[in-house]
Amino acid sequence: MNVVIIGNGISGVTAARFIRKLSDHQITIISSETAHFYSRTALMYIYMGHMRYEDTKPYEDWFWDKNRINLVYAHVEKVHFNEKKLILSSGNDMNYDKLIIATGSKSNKFGWPGQDLEGVRGLYSKQDLDYMEAHSKGLKRAVIVGGGLIGIEMAEMFASRNIPVTMLVREQNYWDNVLPPEESKMISKHILDHHIDLRLGVNLESIKDNGNGVACGVKIKETGEEIPCQYVGLTAGVSPSIDFLKDSELNTNRGVIVNEYLATNIPDVYAIGDCSEHSNPAPGRRPIEAIWYTGRMMGETLAHNICGNKIPYNPGIWFNSAKFFDIEYQVYGDVLAKPPENHASLFWMHEDGTKSIRIVYDKNSEEIIGFNLFGIRYRHEVCEKWIREKTLLSDVLQNLSLANFDPEFYDAYEKEVLALYKKQTGKQIELRGKRNFNRVLKFLKN
Amino acid sequence: MHILQKIGLAILIAAIGLFILSLGLNSYQLQEETLYTESDFHKAELLKAAENQGILNETYGNNISFIKAIKSLCKEAQKSLEAQAANGIPEGVGEWDYKLGDWKIKDYVFQTTKASGVGFVSRNTLTLLYTIFGLGIFGALLYIIPLFQKLPGIKNDGIYHSSMTRGLTLNWRTFFLITTTIGLLLYGVMYMGSQVFWPLVTLAVIGLIVYLVYFREKQKDKIPPKSASPDVTAWFGIITGILLIGFYILLYWKPEYITNWIVLVDPVSEKLSGNPASNWFLYGFLYTIIVIVMGIRMIAKYRHNKYQIFRTFSVMFFQTAFAFLIPEILVRLNQPWYDFKNIWPLNYNFFFDYNLDTLTSSGSMGLFMLFWGIILILIGVPVITYFFGKRWYCSWVCGCGGLAETMGDPYRQLSDKSLRAWKYERYIIHGVLVFAVIMTLLVLYSYFTGNKNILFMNSDTVRTWYGFLIGSAFAGVVGTGFYPLMGNRTWCRFGCPLAAYLGLVQKFKSRFRITTNGGQCISCGNCSTYCEMGIDVRWYAQRGQDIVRSSCVGCGVCSAVCPRGVLRLENGTVDMDNRAEETRVIHISEDEVSLIQ
Repeated sequence: MNVVIIGNGISGVTAARFIRKLSDHQITIISSETAHFYSRTALMYIYMGHMRYEDTKPYEDWFWDKNRINLVYAHVEKVHFNEKKLILSSGNDMNYDKLIIATGSKSNKFGWPGQDLEGVRGLYSKQDLDYMEAHSKGLKRAVIVGGGLIGIEMAEMFASRNIPVTMLVREQNYWDNVLPPEESKMISKHILDHHIDLRLGVNLESIKDNGNGVACGVKIKETGEEIPCQYVGLTAGVSPSIDFLKDSELNTNRGVIVNEYLATNIPDVYAIGDCSEHSNPAPGRRPIEAIWYTGRMMGETLAHNICGNKIPYNPGIWFNSAKFFDIEYQVYGDVLAKPPENHASLFWMHEDGTKSIRIVYDKNSEEIIGFNLFGIRYRHEVCEKWIREKTLLSDVLQNLSLANFDPEFYDAYEKEVLALYKKQTGKQIELRGKRNFNRVLKFLKN
Repeated sequence: MHILQKIGLAILIAAIGLFILSLGLNSYQLQEETLYTESDFHKAELLKAAENQGILNETYGNNISFIKAIKSLCKEAQKSLEAQAANGIPEGVGEWDYKLGDWKIKDYVFQTTKASGVGFVSRNTLTLLYTIFGLGIFGALLYIIPLFQKLPGIKNDGIYHSSMTRGLTLNWRTFFLITTTIGLLLYGVMYMGSQVFWPLVTLAVIGLIVYLVYFREKQKDKIPPKSASPDVTAWFGIITGILLIGFYILLYWKPEYITNWIVLVDPVSEKLSGNPASNWFLYGFLYTIIVIVMGIRMIAKYRHNKYQIFRTFSVMFFQTAFAFLIPEILVRLNQPWYDFKNIWPLNYNFFFDYNLDTLTSSGSMGLFMLFWGIILILIGVPVITYFFGKRWYCSWVCGCGGLAETMGDPYRQLSDKSLRAWKYERYIIHGVLVFAVIMTLLVLYSYFTGNKNILFMNSDTVRTWYGFLIGSAFAGVVGTGFYPLMGNRTWCRFGCPLAAYLGLVQKFKSRFRITTNGGQCISCGNCSTYCEMGIDVRWYAQRGQDIVRSSCVGCGVCSAVCPRGVLRLENGTVDMDNRAEETRVIHISEDEVSLIQ
């Protein structure tokens, strides 16, 4: 069987790798972005000089040959679903038996005047990075529109080269549509500590043209203020990159509509990763999740389905991570910015304002629901097991050392979290043991 | 860059420039009392030759012409003594005490040159000592202290934009590797007195390893990723590398040309041990200063990370106390010079006859040192490595590791992470271990039986070649000289026989491993990039597999630079024998998503 995958991001590549593990099918990956798979999440580190493009490739170039995965560096112009045929930019055709669409996202543009000027761009692809690099010379100021994960990465990128940055954020605090208020405020302050000109609660009105089709400033809607700049980063989210499929018999909405087996309305055509939109997402999950981890899980699930093991996509317990300048962020389970009525949380914050732990539990049953961690590392498997088994808050707190994943010799804050709980509830519970890897393993194997 | 940093850097470069310049800032005059010899008939013969050649009390403006003159004296005396020896050697004098051997000439030239300085450097030693090292340390600290003002966190900004740290293109790296290897082998032929046997054997072994890697391991067609961006190379890095390589060549094999430097540290040596300085004292002095100053930089850079801080203090302490001060103080107390943390086979001359004789004839202290050294080899290494992995030594105690983790930190990203490099690494480092063991067995066999020839091998020749090839060329010239070319752990990764021994224990019987955090890896590659041992950490992290690699020195930097909190250094017994088997990343099974497969 001939499996063709459009897109060489984490979803497509994971699908290819697992199809190879499970079968002898012919596998082809087509991409017009880069010749080889690289880690999109590491784009910022190339710009900052932490890594070279070569270092962002998770596999050496010979890997693909060795695993009999054909790589085609070309753009897919059109898909003829009836003939099971792709038209490539080179003019060549390519036939498939099974087609996997894993084309990822593109940066959102909301019709701002001047959004297509020179010096205005999002950050998603290698091309975007190259564009940003080419426009970085002599920059006196960059303005970033949007306060999500890519926005803050872009701010860090420019700051690493001492380029002044203004960030326009629609929310009242950084990412407060996702983060609870305390964490959101903490990150907002951290952004300011890094000398970023963070403007909260403002929207972009327009981008100014210098007369030659090049951006030279932005205007803020709320205040009318004009900020001169030579680069505008558009980071107000991403949406599925499926323009080339729009006028076809493929069922699309914002993304390519798929069922729980990641199949589209057309037989033998599947979609995974950022570009897929789930018609029936799991409770509490969004139809489109443009996340590295879910892309990877979809890729693996689809490989099973294509190779004859019919398995519905189940993303399991939510987890994610990020890094905001110097503060690492991990989340396990449900920690919501606007929690439902039954959610309660124990929130501890370090006095230095760069570390916090939030443990969310059910107010009535005291069952554990989620963890939100800033500047502190917790062990994924331990948190997941507690959440899955609906462990009681007091149990979790007594065994909190099991979750601690900070490097050796770091201060441990389990006692302080516990003390906070005792103070708030008046209950008397004690910490059971210190951080110890043997205990963790025994706990996980139980 | 902070203005203070710029000033500091300028001062540091000026101090280094003055240090290099001082090599040419002296003049030399041979006098009867500066002519160094170990016997009266050598002295008489050399003075006779000096008069013949009219050298005595002649002033030379530079050491090159002076050394040439002294060498020609020695040659004349050597010939004359050779001729006289043919007519009979005086009663009670050994043949080689009477004749003037080549190795003695080397020492005479060095000591005489050192003693004969009369110019600017010899007249101003203290001023120069304070100026060069005072300014150098001050400049370096001025550069380093502002780093403490930055917000704590991983700051690797611009490393691949810097001409100092971005590394070489593959072609340039290949060029340096090949020319250095060939150059060292050719020099080795000279060093061995024109014996070509061992240099040829070495060449054959190198050829065999290349063959094995290319064909048996099928690496020929696996093009490794480029060493640096395709068309840029680190020119400052290359200059630094060449300076370091030159320094090591002079230090090991031509110390007579750096006597001006050694004269500078004479006052320090006399304060510590009561003896004048040797080239080794100079080396220890520089080494310690660099480890301390660059250790402060390391602490500034990782001051949010207690593991890195403790570890850096540890290597600074062991270098200063164990490698530098304690041995000198022992000498002052009439005890043997001994570095209590240096372990065979890194300390390859531990079992040499002269060391065994010294230790066994130095009373209870000497015997304790002998006992301590053997206990470390047989019990210390396996037991401590069982508990903590090889990191207890390589990145907490060892001097080579100490230098790599401090001065070498800016270059850690230059290690080659390709599979091909790993294949090379395994053949070469275990090859060196085998060489060290064979050499030591031969030396011990000769020591106990008095027989120096075993099969086709002469234990003296083998140990001389080992000392040249591994002890000096690999560990020093390549080991440190290649910091800016191939990363800071080139020696530790490819050459150190003790690292190989520790690594075997770590791989097969140790509680140590690096664990990965479930499914959190985003394959960004920071861990692999900053692994100084060239381990492709990401390969394991993205599949959620614990990292059990014999080469891992447990520096903890992969864990520090990970932006998602995925890696942690752990010791555990529960799963000790199948540490590397399990994968923890999320996997899809027919029933459900499971974290543990």
